[in-house]
Amino acid sequence: MKARHKRLGFLVVGLAGLGVAAWLVFNALDSNLSYFFSPSDVVQNKAPTDHVYRLGGMVQSGSLERGQELTVRFLVTDTANTVKVAYTGILPDLFAEGQGVIAQGRMGADGVFIADEVLAKHDENYMPPEVADALDKAHKGAPDGVAKK
Amino acid sequence: MNARLINWFKFSSPATFYPLAGRLVPIFSVLAVALIGVGLYMSFFIAPTDYKQGEGYRIIFVHVPAAWMSMFIYLVMAFWAALGLVFNTRLSGMMTRALAPTGAIFAFLALWTGAFWGKPMWGTWWVWDARLTSELILLFLYFGYLALQGAIDDTRRADRAGALLVLVGVVNIPIIYYSVRWWNTLHQGASISMDNGSTMAATMLWTMLIMALGFWAYTIAVALARVRSIILEREADTTWVSELAEVRR
Repeated sequence: MKARHKRLGFLVVGLAGLGVAAWLVFNALDSNLSYFFSPSDVVQNKAPTDHVYRLGGMVQSGSLERGQELTVRFLVTDTANTVKVAYTGILPDLFAEGQGVIAQGRMGADGVFIADEVLAKHDENYMPPEVADALDKAHKGAPDGVAKK
Repeated sequence: MNARLINWFKFSSPATFYPLAGRLVPIFSVLAVALIGVGLYMSFFIAPTDYKQGEGYRIIFVHVPAAWMSMFIYLVMAFWAALGLVFNTRLSGMMTRALAPTGAIFAFLALWTGAFWGKPMWGTWWVWDARLTSELILLFLYFGYLALQGAIDDTRRADRAGALLVLVGVVNIPIIYYSVRWWNTLHQGASISMDNGSTMAATMLWTMLIMALGFWAYTIAVALARVRSIILEREADTTWVSELAEVRR
């Protein structure tokens, strides 16, 4: 065995050990690294009730209500469950019904999530408007609030 | 090509690599200018408007190739670092060092353009989600490597310490790449992936690929030009350097 084979061996073993360590760490952290909770997590009481967290999902189609003084109310859905959200402030440009959204805030006593920040979550689809129109027509029968592919 | 037909070790000597790099730099410089020129023209004038994001999405033509390059350059650095540690070749450390600044620039560019896209689209410049945070760590790894490598005067020891840092940091690359799949993130999933193909319109995809190729050519040209000056600096006392036409002048 030459010295360089030995060094190669050390390197491979070291990197493998490092990989396993990283895998264990991230496995242990798991959901703590997630940026937001889904409405199903909230319904199943997996989300914290006593402090601020983020709620992510789709704005359900037809659920957006604009109230007085910039307050908007809408439902956030992951198609299985929905959560009511109220927000006062300026919405990002991409915010729309049927579009991904992430709201940061806390759960109110009445079961309405009071958001103090709302971010739009974009999906990975990029296409010109004509293509989107054509897809839209083809998918007219698709259920509300589901991302059109 | 069969590895036995070319003696790769011949080019691991700085004295033979220096003129080879010198011949390659102009080729890749021309390629880079041509590809990035065509790519930018397509980005601004040919690629169609996005159905939802309007014109603002055009920043991805710089953002995505820059992010790809920032990860890919790190992998190439890790390759050279491993080669240097195992074979003790002088050139490996020089290549690692030559690539690092370009990698750092691309990581910074990806974060910077991402922030400019994030403000109008998401409504925020920055969030601490898994994708953005791991890319920021990549930028810090580049800075860390450059600082560590630069802090040690003995170049051999500097290269070995740097190589070790680069190899430890390589864990971060799959984390960046898969972060959008493993965890809920604000950052969207990959539009182009190895198992799903592409979810972009064809013209947009081509524009992005041409930009990516341009960035490749730029990286190769700049890294080779940089490695040439590193070779001259480190081999300044040798006879072959003192006999070079450009040094004697």
